[in-house]
Amino acid sequence: MNTPDPRRPYVRPMAGWWRRNPFFVEYMVHEATALFVAAYALVLLVGLLRLAQGEAAWNGWLDALRSPVALVFHVVLLAAFVYHCWTWFRIMPKTMPPLVIRGKRVAPGVITACGVAATVVCSLVVLVVAWGATR
Amino acid sequence: MADTSDTGKRMRIEVLRYRPEQDAEPFLQGYDVPYSDDMSVLQGLQYIKDWLDGTLSFRWSCRMAICGSCGMMIDGEPRLACKTFLRDFPAGSVRVEALAHFPIERDLVIRMDDFLAKLESIKPYIIPKEARSLAQGEYLQTPAELDVYEQFSSCINCLLCYAACPQYGLNPDFVGPGIMALLHRYNADSRDGGASARMEVAGSEAGVFNCTAVGYCSEVCPKHVDPANAVNQNKTRAAGDYFLRLVTGKGGAK
Repeated sequence: MNTPDPRRPYVRPMAGWWRRNPFFVEYMVHEATALFVAAYALVLLVGLLRLAQGEAAWNGWLDALRSPVALVFHVVLLAAFVYHCWTWFRIMPKTMPPLVIRGKRVAPGVITACGVAATVVCSLVVLVVAWGATR
Repeated sequence: MADTSDTGKRMRIEVLRYRPEQDAEPFLQGYDVPYSDDMSVLQGLQYIKDWLDGTLSFRWSCRMAICGSCGMMIDGEPRLACKTFLRDFPAGSVRVEALAHFPIERDLVIRMDDFLAKLESIKPYIIPKEARSLAQGEYLQTPAELDVYEQFSSCINCLLCYAACPQYGLNPDFVGPGIMALLHRYNADSRDGGASARMEVAGSEAGVFNCTAVGYCSEVCPKHVDPANAVNQNKTRAAGDYFLRLVTGKGGAK
């Protein structure tokens, strides 16, 4: 490093930092799952657009969703969503003030489990409602 | 020095050397060190310095994970050299480098001026909420009040959390995990009234919002402090302070 400092401290480069440690690789992978969430939001937005364009456009969008490529894509999306959700609730205990119930601090694992359980319940409710609405 | 005469075991210790007066950049130098199962990586380095190469520089003091001097990258992970044992590298070799994300002063010695300046900036001491005379007696605290800050007071300033924080590596202005843990240790103390003064640091451009919740800082802490939690609790406080400022016209952050 060309510093005027006579002690010549050496600053190491950060390029490729996330490949240096398995923890960082996992961090990048779980952050990248957010892109899959965004991708699915786009799929839904296109559906809304097609709905606004009339019945033929809407039916075309529905047909497109039934194609094998779309089905595989949705399976990949689902897997990414599940992982995204798990990592989100895994870090949640670190992001909040201590939760004290009846004089005892709630364990991080319990907070994560409650978050995951809430997700499962909400997903099932949405699934049942959507199922009922399309029957 | 540990007695290594009878084991016959050898460890290849690769050390990242940097001697500013003669090296353009750091390089790895290997040493073959005889060791026994009770020897730490720090003892391996001491063997090198005593018997193989007296020019090797590294920091250490207590040898028992109290002083926080011997933080290093050991096979790529931030660890205390005194709390890491040579027997845990069965492949027979281990790579030791200066703590990541800090400028290297020489060999395994990093430059910590930045950390010390930040430490001073957060007023790491109790600023009494209310003045008390001696006649009024001591400041009392319940076990519940102690519990909210106690783990943060275990910090030994070893800087492993900084070497675990890519956001600090990418932007050294970031106040960083260890300083936030210490800031929170005082803010969360029921006797303290200095939170708004410390918000100048926590809520600044260099403050808590540089954190992207990687969480590795809390994994590597040798004293089981949870700096990630300190940073993230203060994100909420900093956001509250920001919006409060819109209403009251004043607030901590610069």
